[in-house]
Amino acid sequence: MAYRILEKEEIAPSVHRMVIDAPDVAKAAKAGQFIILRIDERGERVPLTIADFEEEKGTVTVIFQEMGKTTKQLAKLSAGDSLEDLVGPLGTPADIRKLGTVILVGGGVGVAPIYPQAKAYTGAGNRVISIIGARNKDLLILEDDMEKASSELYIATDDGSKGHHGFVTDIMKRILDSGEKVARVVIIGPPIMMKVGAGVASPYDVEILVSLNSIMVDGTGMCGGCRVTVGGETKFTCVDGPEFDARKVDFVQLMNRLAMYRGEEAKAVEKYEEECRCGLH
Amino acid sequence: MQEVQGEKTGKTKKERTPMPEQPAEERRKNFNEVTLGYTKEDALAEASRCLACKDPKCVEGCPVNVDIPGFIQLICEENFEGAIEKIKATNALPAICGRVCPQETQCEARCVLGKKSQPVAIGRLERFCADYELVKGVEAPEVMPPTGQKVAVVGSGPAGLTAAADLAKLGHKVTIFESLHRAGGVLSYGIPEFRLPKEIVRQEVEYIKKLGVDVKPNYIIGRIKTLDELCDDFDAVFLGTGAGLPNFMRIEGENLNGVYSANEFLTRVNLMKAYDPEYDTTVRHGKHVVVVGGGNVAMDAARSALRLGADEVSIVYRRGEDEMPARREEVEHAKEEGITFRLLTNPIRIHGDEKFNITGVECIKMELGEPDKSGRRSPVPVEGSGFLIPADVVIIAIGTSPNPIIFKGSEGLEQNRRGTVVADEETGATSKCGVFAGGDVVTGAATVISAMGAGKKAAKAIDAFLKEK
Ligand SMILES: Cc1cc2nc3c(=O)[nH]c(=O)nc-3n(C[C@H](O)[C@H](O)[C@H](O)COP(=O)(O)OP(=O)(O)OC[C@H]3O[C@@H](n4cnc5c(N)ncnc54)[C@H](O)[C@@H]3O)c2cc1C
Ligand SMILES: Cc1cc2nc3c(=O)[nH]c(=O)nc-3n(C[C@H](O)[C@H](O)[C@H](O)COP(=O)(O)OP(=O)(O)OC[C@H]3O[C@@H](n4cnc5c(N)ncnc54)[C@H](O)[C@@H]3O)c2cc1C
Ligand code: SF4
Ligand code: SF4
Ligand code: FES
Ligand SMILES: [Mg+2]
Repeated sequence: MAYRILEKEEIAPSVHRMVIDAPDVAKAAKAGQFIILRIDERGERVPLTIADFEEEKGTVTVIFQEMGKTTKQLAKLSAGDSLEDLVGPLGTPADIRKLGTVILVGGGVGVAPIYPQAKAYTGAGNRVISIIGARNKDLLILEDDMEKASSELYIATDDGSKGHHGFVTDIMKRILDSGEKVARVVIIGPPIMMKVGAGVASPYDVEILVSLNSIMVDGTGMCGGCRVTVGGETKFTCVDGPEFDARKVDFVQLMNRLAMYRGEEAKAVEKYEEECRCGLH
Repeated sequence: MQEVQGEKTGKTKKERTPMPEQPAEERRKNFNEVTLGYTKEDALAEASRCLACKDPKCVEGCPVNVDIPGFIQLICEENFEGAIEKIKATNALPAICGRVCPQETQCEARCVLGKKSQPVAIGRLERFCADYELVKGVEAPEVMPPTGQKVAVVGSGPAGLTAAADLAKLGHKVTIFESLHRAGGVLSYGIPEFRLPKEIVRQEVEYIKKLGVDVKPNYIIGRIKTLDELCDDFDAVFLGTGAGLPNFMRIEGENLNGVYSANEFLTRVNLMKAYDPEYDTTVRHGKHVVVVGGGNVAMDAARSALRLGADEVSIVYRRGEDEMPARREEVEHAKEEGITFRLLTNPIRIHGDEKFNITGVECIKMELGEPDKSGRRSPVPVEGSGFLIPADVVIIAIGTSPNPIIFKGSEGLEQNRRGTVVADEETGATSKCGVFAGGDVVTGAATVISAMGAGKKAAKAIDAFLKEK
């Protein structure tokens, strides 16, 4: 069984968008869910959020950032190539209902998982205020799509090259301070950004959700490797999440668990890049 | 070979023929199969020990009632093809069962020879016949003409594989849905290469495909389709989804880096071959590994950790050696390989450093109290007996329950408190019309042969159900 790559493009430096032929997954997918793919027989299983899906075309889109061996190898594939395995849709779909006003905050590649949510919240009749950010304007992704999917779009860059000079959470705080009634804030991005964002939003009377990215293997609740502590209880991110009440998440544990294989991962990249230089890939 | 006098008959009875195996010193460093299999001479010698009893007790001990004296007689006649055919009449996976059945509590436990000396090595003989056939190449048997009826099998473990094979032979169109990227269930992701080579599992799956069964990996029922949708698309459904949800102990430190469920550790090592540097899979190679539990799963995890290069691996088990549910042979092999057994010991806390890595496991000594409901004497902690075992990897192998993902979005399937599916013991019929279930999803974690037996019974019942439909 093979899953063909139909489109592939680099949408920002080291950030790629890939459209894959996976009709069964496309048919069942909902915002907030993810897939796990394996490039080839020797590959590891890596989870990626479903950034978009089209039932009629039978495709799912993923947007990923080159981080280590597997995402670097994935980045080298092009339209026409195939993936060995792709399984999904995984995870509990985001709880999308008509709530009123919703703030969606996405940082870095975290904008990719925010995008299907923006579409879905808007589709459910909410006023969607989106705030997206990146280190600089070149790294900003999905600006046009987010513009279309949201009622209002704000941009922040760390270096001020576009939009607000500073963090996405600054804008979030400003809106919450403005007294506008906001029902829910959804924050997706690097764990540290979610932790900080959750901290900033906590004092306000608003529901805060984050989408966690624990290290996964099967994505079906079978290994327990993705466990996180939420409200003092152990949860499996792949089936109980990936979305959780931000106020209850033990972010320190999450971040420590994400660092579990740093040594091995660094070696794997080094070996892979060495092989690439020697023309092996 | 040593000869002993048979008592009543006066016949000379040889001792059980030993299994050739890799020496412990060597095998503890590789993932190749530990036991090498009988040679033809070994098999003939062992087969000649069987008394061909008129009322063979051994057959009663086998959950699928393999005609044991029948196939052993054929081995004596050097008719190995006939022997494997005889076994396969009731057991679809002999190469696997011969290797992993707990024979000492099943067929061999009842062998009459066992009363005075050692029972016939039934499992080893079964494996010999199966391996003989695998080398020769298995031919697909004849399949009945198509009935036009479609059956969905969810899960590709021994229960699902057996049900699928039997249903396909009866002419039904069978599709297997498997959530992982490879078929085989625990045979693929759990039981290690050194005990059950994956090539054997692959061949069994190929055989089932030859029967016309469509195997769909990466297909999760409860996610891509609900069970209800499957019921709409197929004339009947068999659930063989196993018991794959790992239990944790709920003790302090259990989420530290380096604490694995046995499922995760074994999946990384077996299914995803973390032991092979050519594979990208990561796993912690511990120097001091502690495995909690006393079953096959614990033995497999411990011996895998040893093979990844650990200096010391201990099994921590809260009861005594006699209470350990693992196959005898695995316990013996584990001991030979140098695994330390810390019995009547229970972990109470896992210690870690500021970087979130494990430093040790705090344990407490246990003593056996009154027998509990299961008849086993239940362990009770000994006050003030706490001590620390230094460790950098801890593997929890204290049992599993059915994974509830299959039930997502569908209704009407009765379950009991432990999350297992309620099914008729003889037919596998569940509370939902047209849905049958068998194997670990019904019984909770059990054995390969019992899962297979359940798959067989259900296939028969499904066939009857489809004929009436
Ligand atoms: C539910 C979920 C959704 C995700 N969605 C996206 C997405 O849409 N786009 C995107 O770019 N990234 C996403 N990620 C993160 C992505 O899976 C990792 O970046 C990727 O696995 C890194 O693999 P690597 O071999 O390239 O890098 P490595 O060097 O192996 O890893 C880099 C870091 O990624 C994390 N990581 C490693 N392996 C895994 C794993 N098996 N599962 C989860 N995290 C891992 C670790 O923290 C590690 O330090 C998601 C993760 C999860 C859990
Ligand atoms: C490490 C280990 C060692 C063991 N050693 C022995 C031994 O030596 N001897 C012995 O007799 N027994 C042993 N056992 C027990 C034995 O393996 C099991 O009892 C047996 O495999 C159960 O078979 P099953 O078909 O019911 O389920 P499984 O083998 O668990 O297979 C179930 C399959 O269903 C799939 N699945 C689950 N949910 C879904 C879904 N929603 N959609 C699609 N697919 C799904 C799973 O991915 C899995 O592949 C061992 C078990 C383990 C874990
Ligand atoms: S199937 Fe298992 S229990 Fe039955 S005879 Fe073979 S080894 Fe013994
Ligand atoms: S009980 Fe033992 S001796 Fe008798 S038929 Fe069975 S295997 Fe042979
Ligand atoms: S990834 Fe295995 S249980 Fe979540
Ligand atoms: Mg990696």
